[in-house]
Amino acid sequence: MGTTRLNPWREKLQLFMRNGKGMFGLVLVLIFFASALFAPQLAPHDPFQLNIPARNSGPTIDYFVGTDQLGRDTFSRVLYGGRVALKIAAIGVSVSLLIGLVLGMIAGYGPRWLDNALLLFFDTVRSFPTIVMALAVVALTGPSLGMVMVIVIITSIPGYGRLARTSTLALRNADFITAEQSLGAGPVRVLAGHILPNVIGPLLILAAMDVPVVVTIEAGLSFLGLGVLPPTPSWGSILNEGYMVIRDTPWPVIAGGIPLVLTTLGFTFLGEALRDIFDPRLRKGY
Amino acid sequence: MLAYLIKRLLLGVVIVFAALLTVFCLLHLMPGDPVSIALGTRATPEIQAQYAEKMHLNDPLIVQFLIFAGQALTGDLGNDVFSNRAVSVMVFEQLPYTVILALSSITWAILVGIPLGCLSAIRPNSWLDRILGLISVGTIAIPSFLVSIWALLLFAITLRWLPVIGAGEIGDPLDQATHLILPSFAVGLGWVGYIARLARASMLEVMNENYVRAAWAFGLKSNTVIYRYALKVAVLPTITMIGIGFGHLLSGTVFAEIIFARPGIGKLIFDMVMSRNFPVVQGAVMVTAAMYVITTLVADLMVAWLDPRVRESL
Repeated sequence: MGTTRLNPWREKLQLFMRNGKGMFGLVLVLIFFASALFAPQLAPHDPFQLNIPARNSGPTIDYFVGTDQLGRDTFSRVLYGGRVALKIAAIGVSVSLLIGLVLGMIAGYGPRWLDNALLLFFDTVRSFPTIVMALAVVALTGPSLGMVMVIVIITSIPGYGRLARTSTLALRNADFITAEQSLGAGPVRVLAGHILPNVIGPLLILAAMDVPVVVTIEAGLSFLGLGVLPPTPSWGSILNEGYMVIRDTPWPVIAGGIPLVLTTLGFTFLGEALRDIFDPRLRKGY
Repeated sequence: MLAYLIKRLLLGVVIVFAALLTVFCLLHLMPGDPVSIALGTRATPEIQAQYAEKMHLNDPLIVQFLIFAGQALTGDLGNDVFSNRAVSVMVFEQLPYTVILALSSITWAILVGIPLGCLSAIRPNSWLDRILGLISVGTIAIPSFLVSIWALLLFAITLRWLPVIGAGEIGDPLDQATHLILPSFAVGLGWVGYIARLARASMLEVMNENYVRAAWAFGLKSNTVIYRYALKVAVLPTITMIGIGFGHLLSGTVFAEIIFARPGIGKLIFDMVMSRNFPVVQGAVMVTAAMYVITTLVADLMVAWLDPRVRESL
């Protein structure tokens, strides 16, 4: 009994282990998590410690990737910057997934007019230039990590909403749902107890692929000076400070950019591998 | 077809209206007094009263919105707080720069991306397909603002091949073209990988369709089958995607304009945000929304026009 139940999972696991890109992605993702969580232990220097005489230096034994215009250790700042990225990714993705899931299930299961209204909302938000809207919003509220979070959540909801809606639509007339309804189950019970478990899988895969998008929005806004406030290190603010001194030293913009690329690659490869193994149907959309 | 067109136009109006309402709400429902937000805290009471009168700030919100919407529909986007110039003029001065940058970026991305996708699709899982796949993912993985910074560092500062900032001398096409190379490279690079992947996927699907197999069976040359029959249908999702992705494209141009200090809508909005010049921000965001609506509409109509199946069903 036990073994026959385990088999499909073991098979999927083996498929994943044999997927080179997927494993590579997983390693990068683990490095991302570890470097952010253990930044205080891993960082060779205090990320806020100024060392003016050593400013704008290239890589040395003491400073692996050089220092910025205030002589702060860029490597330590990159490690701490990962914590901002992780925070935004964890909170931003989970909250928008939750809201998108609920709205999407309502759109798919509820009355037609509500479906149309929600679809219009999803499509409008999804396609509107994020950065332009973000600029307008931040102009009024001033830069803050909280505002970045709100922007990230609002722009990410439609992706999850659309996917949850499509899956719900496919299920709403299934026999087991009709059976449940004829037993007297209300919409909340049907949605939470029966549709949710069938809808959540693809959404989690989408979430994995969404992490780099979210991290990039934060980095982009911080690069424009509209995200985290100085002296907080974030990959975007490191790039911003590096951009200011780009004619003097190339190291900050190189060091601030590489983690962004690696994180994107990691989550993309991992997400694609998971998708190919668990839900090949999703592939069509890309 | 006509019903479809009307439906799409109505949707476009709704989206522009939604953007209008959002911008309006943002400006008016924010905590704080709009007068001191716009004029700063040092303005005298007389100036504040004058400004409130001019901007109809003493009227009820709904009246203010109707005035704002009515003016926006007639093309009057208000005036710059500082110079008192018409916002519409300021925006349309910058618009051509952004349009040229966006068009040149997407054009080179299509010219490179679609052939790459086709090459991959003709021999799926060959070594060429794998290498092209890696290149596609690689170009997608680097955010466009990072491409801009790194391209600036490599080609303009280290190698000194191309100019660093600006849009070139007006009236000197060659100078303007060389100033366009780096920004359009940076904005378009991510699209190359994206379009290549999309073209590959839809090409693979189309190659299995009956009409393509029929074309093979008739003994047509492989180039004719691939480029005249298969590709024609396979590019459709790409066109739709570019329409939908226009907002994304615009985000890329915002960063490129700021990093390369190029004039354009993005740079205008950014500068005005920095100097807290809200009427200009508001007007520029409105124009961006309208541009987005027009582009998606054009993309959808193009698909309808190119694909007989879609055209028939309308």
